[in-house]
Amino acid sequence: MFELLGIAPQVLLGQLLLGLINGSFYAVLSLGLAVIFGLLNIINFAHGALYMAGAFVAWMLLNYLGIGYWPALILAPLIVGAFGIVLERTMLSRLYHLDHLYGLLLTFGLALIIQGLFRNYYGISGLPYRIPDLLSGGHNLGFMFLPNYRAWVVVASVLVCFGTWFMIEKTRLGAYLRAATENPTLVGAFGVNVPLMIMLTYGFGVALAGFAGVLAAPIYSVNPTMGEQLIIVVFAVVVIGGMGSIMGAILTGYMLGIIEGLTRVFYPEGSAVVIFVIMAIVLMIKPEGLFGRPA
Amino acid sequence: MIRKLAISSAALAVMTGAPALAQDIAVKLGVLNDRSGIYADLSGEGSVVAARMAVEDFKAADKGMNVEIISADHQNKPDIGSNIARQWYDVDGVNAILDVPTSSVALAVADITTEKNGVLIDSGAGSTSLTREQCRPTTIHWTYDTAALATGTGAAMTMAGGKKWFFLTADYAFGHSLEENTARVVKDNGGEVVGQVNVPFPAQDFSSFLLQAQGSGADVIGLANAGGDTVNAIKQASEFGITQAGQKLAALLFFVTDVHALGAQTAQGLSLTEAFYWDQNDDTRAWSKRFMDTHGAQPTMVQAGVYSGTMAYLAAVEAVGSADDGKAVAAKMKEMEFNDPLFGKVTVRGDGRAIHDMYLFEVKSPDQSEGEWDLYNQISSITGEEAFLPMLDECDFTKK
Repeated sequence: MFELLGIAPQVLLGQLLLGLINGSFYAVLSLGLAVIFGLLNIINFAHGALYMAGAFVAWMLLNYLGIGYWPALILAPLIVGAFGIVLERTMLSRLYHLDHLYGLLLTFGLALIIQGLFRNYYGISGLPYRIPDLLSGGHNLGFMFLPNYRAWVVVASVLVCFGTWFMIEKTRLGAYLRAATENPTLVGAFGVNVPLMIMLTYGFGVALAGFAGVLAAPIYSVNPTMGEQLIIVVFAVVVIGGMGSIMGAILTGYMLGIIEGLTRVFYPEGSAVVIFVIMAIVLMIKPEGLFGRPA
Repeated sequence: MIRKLAISSAALAVMTGAPALAQDIAVKLGVLNDRSGIYADLSGEGSVVAARMAVEDFKAADKGMNVEIISADHQNKPDIGSNIARQWYDVDGVNAILDVPTSSVALAVADITTEKNGVLIDSGAGSTSLTREQCRPTTIHWTYDTAALATGTGAAMTMAGGKKWFFLTADYAFGHSLEENTARVVKDNGGEVVGQVNVPFPAQDFSSFLLQAQGSGADVIGLANAGGDTVNAIKQASEFGITQAGQKLAALLFFVTDVHALGAQTAQGLSLTEAFYWDQNDDTRAWSKRFMDTHGAQPTMVQAGVYSGTMAYLAAVEAVGSADDGKAVAAKMKEMEFNDPLFGKVTVRGDGRAIHDMYLFEVKSPDQSEGEWDLYNQISSITGEEAFLPMLDECDFTKK
């Protein structure tokens, strides 16, 4: 059959699928960032730390309370989201009238503190978290062995991403949210509780990070630095997609996962930087991002 | 100034007859390692605990030795490590620096130690350069090096039938040197290397690379990386059914804390080489229990090596009668023979390489494992002469 640059089509298909799986994490995380930035104008640097916290909360639920993976998939994002709401009420809400930079610095500091606390109490080696029994094992697709859990990651992330997109772009609640970002005073005058809505939005964005953390827990080691490594890539994804663009963040997440996966076959040494190279090119050609509106 | 003081006090010690002065030997030890980063669990505070236990077990106080221990975090950065080492030698009067994981930091500290006439007893770093290309008269490399790990795991697995190897190599100096060392051992034992891939460091997702390794048809996938990278690679190899399909994984630098992090379920069947395991015999069990009571985790070979190296250093200081002349203490260590409960018989070669047995372990399956730390079966032991590279003539400081 055909061979592309010396790579057998089976291998290529396998790598495309793996790229899609990694892209799922990028998509869920960059979606949360895009929602928060789009509606609150906060560059949430604590996102990686909260993703890590989601994985840790799942681990704690299992080891301290005996609560398994499926309930944790709901509970951990709720707990992380509630924590996010506390952060928003006590700290972030004081910064809305200031420049973006202040929010960035505050959340960056928070990220370091959260990460430091987990490192202090749980060490650096990481903690084991098993794949739930229902999803252990896998299927041989002919071109590769696909673990059931990875397939679930793709399904779960697609559902969550498009559910969120639908809610924000197509429902009445979403319309209020978008209106509140355009003109909070006017929306408030119509009797909508704008501060409450913003608080819940931040909680929701952060809960998405917690959700991604629970999804990641059985695959990667539950480790205080797991978010730190991912967050920079995810920011690049958001910049490429266009800051604040919901659909842009989702599509770019999946797309870049696939591009990164292909780089791992053709030039593995470059796979850590390929996303940043793309970011640089996009910023030069279309500074507002692939899906962003010109400012 | 310090150097002059050191020389004059050493001279004084010689003039007045060293052993008679044993009543007031002051020794200051500095444990320099990673206390917050990726190596914090395998060295970190545990190494300080181990050094304290050595001082206790050596009965230093009864022998009239006043030993003080200080510690600091080098954050795995050579510049930070160098600054601390300089300050310790110049201002704080430290006589010996212990542990120092991360080869780049260890090599920088080795140079400063020679300049300031201290002693470096390195337990945590892996680079063979410490006793080869960059050997120094005051460097003692105690616990392991990449060559010993390669010999242990590489030779054993090749001889056991794993003839075809594929390497996942962390794309920096350490990873490449580990791959190179292991590939040499594999070829010497009649094996071949069918492929390798350079993985950017650090990496979270290894699935692409693992599938490439799977497609290569290799018998063994050699993981030339460390810490969290190795943990993730092993976890994902199990997830993608690679180990179940019959390919073996060889972790070329892996510690008991890493295996603990993975759990026996995922890590079972993995081969690895270490200098020490807590459950080897009554002595190691008794010592490790004391360690566990203080530190809350079982000791790694690096922490055990800090204990063993500190015991040896104190014995040499006692024999010399002073800790002030690092070169003299290091030379004394190379004349003596040590025997401690953890490493057994240890000698130190002219190049500073400590020679002791290494062991090949296999990780137990969950039904064999009787507790969260019951992790290894010992497969074989490798003598120090076999495990470590032969000495380079120009590094034999006993001849100079």
